[in-house]
Amino acid sequence: MREIIKSFTVSIWFMFLTFPIMVIKVNTIEKTIEWRWERLIFVGIGSFFLSFLWRYLITRKESGIKKAEAGEEIKQPLSQRFFEDRRLFFPALGGVIILTVTFPLFFSSYQTNIMTNALMYVMLGLGLNIVVGLAGLLDLGYVAFYAVGAYCYALLNYHFGIGFWAVLPIAAAMGALFGILLGFPVLRLRGDYLAIVTLGFGEMIRLILENWNKFSFGPSGIANIPRPTFFGYQFSFDHSFIYIYYLMISLTILTIFVVNRLQNSRIGRAWIALREDEIACQAMGIDIRKTKLTAFALGATWAGMVGVVFAAKTTFVNPASFTFMESAIILSLIVLGGMGSIIGVILGAFIFILLPEYLRAIEEYRMLVFGAAMVVMMVFRPQGLISNIRRTYEFRSSKKQ
Amino acid sequence: MILELKNIQAFYGNLQVLKGVTIKINEGEIIALIGANGAGKTTTLMSVCGVVPPRFGEIYFMDKPIHNMSPDKIVALGISQVPEGRRIFPLLSVMENLDMGAFLRKDKAGIKQDLEYVFELFPVLAERRHQSGGTLSGGEQQMLAISRAIMARPKLLLLDEPSLGLAPLIVKQIFEIIRKFNTESGTTIFLVEQNANLALKTADRGYVMETGSITIQDTTKNLLKNEEVKKAYLGL
Ligand SMILES: Nc1ncnc2c1ncn2[C@@H]1O[C@H](COP(=O)(O)OP(=O)(O)OP(=O)(O)O)[C@@H](O)[C@H]1O
Ligand SMILES: [Mg+2]
Repeated sequence: MREIIKSFTVSIWFMFLTFPIMVIKVNTIEKTIEWRWERLIFVGIGSFFLSFLWRYLITRKESGIKKAEAGEEIKQPLSQRFFEDRRLFFPALGGVIILTVTFPLFFSSYQTNIMTNALMYVMLGLGLNIVVGLAGLLDLGYVAFYAVGAYCYALLNYHFGIGFWAVLPIAAAMGALFGILLGFPVLRLRGDYLAIVTLGFGEMIRLILENWNKFSFGPSGIANIPRPTFFGYQFSFDHSFIYIYYLMISLTILTIFVVNRLQNSRIGRAWIALREDEIACQAMGIDIRKTKLTAFALGATWAGMVGVVFAAKTTFVNPASFTFMESAIILSLIVLGGMGSIIGVILGAFIFILLPEYLRAIEEYRMLVFGAAMVVMMVFRPQGLISNIRRTYEFRSSKKQ
Repeated sequence: MILELKNIQAFYGNLQVLKGVTIKINEGEIIALIGANGAGKTTTLMSVCGVVPPRFGEIYFMDKPIHNMSPDKIVALGISQVPEGRRIFPLLSVMENLDMGAFLRKDKAGIKQDLEYVFELFPVLAERRHQSGGTLSGGEQQMLAISRAIMARPKLLLLDEPSLGLAPLIVKQIFEIIRKFNTESGTTIFLVEQNANLALKTADRGYVMETGSITIQDTTKNLLKNEEVKKAYLGL
């Protein structure tokens, strides 16, 4: 009951606040004022329901926390149960595989192209997730490595005619190298300072590409980059989209596989320790310099590879593709999906990239909707859609248990 | 001798904190280092484990110079520490925290054995093995921090103020367990404490530090009788 009264007050407030813009409309030509009273009712009812929903969800969330504190057994989250139940998980996995493999057969090349795009962001997200989600180093300049990969292919091809497949590993190595390059000066930085320096690094790379005309051809960029070949065979325009789609699928699977292995390895544990507490991490005998540098390097590798695919797909690169906005999108999709969780990042990338594509209607409000979604997420699921399911180390002791 | 600090001087920037500290620790001993706030006790431990390397002076661990080594190498040699303020990993479970303690070890059987041992020392941790570290009580967190350090199977254990912010009863219990661990495993313990009374009752020998220098050193039996110590640190 108190909730209803509170929501009612909120809606009164809202009606009052939005009164000037929603109700009064001054017709400047005829110099008359239109009073649109019916709108007031909509605002009132709308804000009442939203406020009520908000309160309801908050109380539900809080009672959940109280239950957990009281030591009651809380239900495992749906997502976690889903992954642990093999009868559900494997058929679902099979379905996803069949869907992805046959996707280009049923959908147009336009759709395939969008999917390829989403897969690229999956890979970028997984890469950045190593740095931000696992090692806890807030990197706002991740797009720089993406640019390095793309320009690596564009320039090596322009000057030396090196093909896609030869450049792919080179770009991966270049990404890692630039990751280390960024890592060295920021070894001692944490939190806000780290974020600012990495942001600067990202912008620096973009500005260099924009202004160093002799090297990168400036803002006009590099065109006519060849699409990838298949053992020397060049596909037609339409088929090459499908080819790139399959290529992206394989690269994404490779990424998932490697990142998963990394997560459960010694270095993965070192990253998690680093994220949790740097001083304690040192006390465990973990070399924090090495741990940070490997996080930056192994995170940047994937961006370098996706960069090559990007250049090959669009056949054109210029610095405008690598603005801070890209870094922000990649970071947001990680936060949305669930930091540190592979499935979460994949889900986040698909939602973040596909939703705006298919909801053209809301395109104008895209950023507004995302902003609102982010705020709602932070309040209700600060851990992201899928919370990080960590492997729990289980030693069985012979006496207890 | 397992650890020897030879006239070490440590600085934070231009500020000299340690003004020539000499400490000798024999194998199997418990050594207490007591002193007022800001005397430089924590800094001494940080010098030993390489986080604040001494600018002058030498540190030998089992006759090996370690004053130029990085922290991870020093841990690998067999020195593990319970840092000031516990610093457990808040989001990791008790189990995962303990597992991090054994980060450098590869002997699975040994790790398992030590795990059982710390659960025997601190049964409450066994009960809370799946709880995340940050939700433990202060006392439990201190027990976890000590256990985590034990999981590295160190030759020398550095303890920085295990009594910090804990109720007297818990402190007493923790000190008893420290003593027990020392006699059972023979591990050398270097204990830094504000709580001079308990520290001196637990340790074999003690050092008193005042503004970066060692002023008194003796067996704890004598220190407990020493008039100066009594007045300044035991509040008698
Ligand atoms: N990171 C730092 N940078 C600059 N000065 C520091 C730093 N850490 C400690 N100090 C200074 O060094 C001196 C000794 O500090 P230290 O932490 O070693 O004292 P302590 O004996 O452990 O004190 P307490 O009993 O309060 O823990 C203090 O004056 C402190 O202000
Ligand atoms: Mg201290």
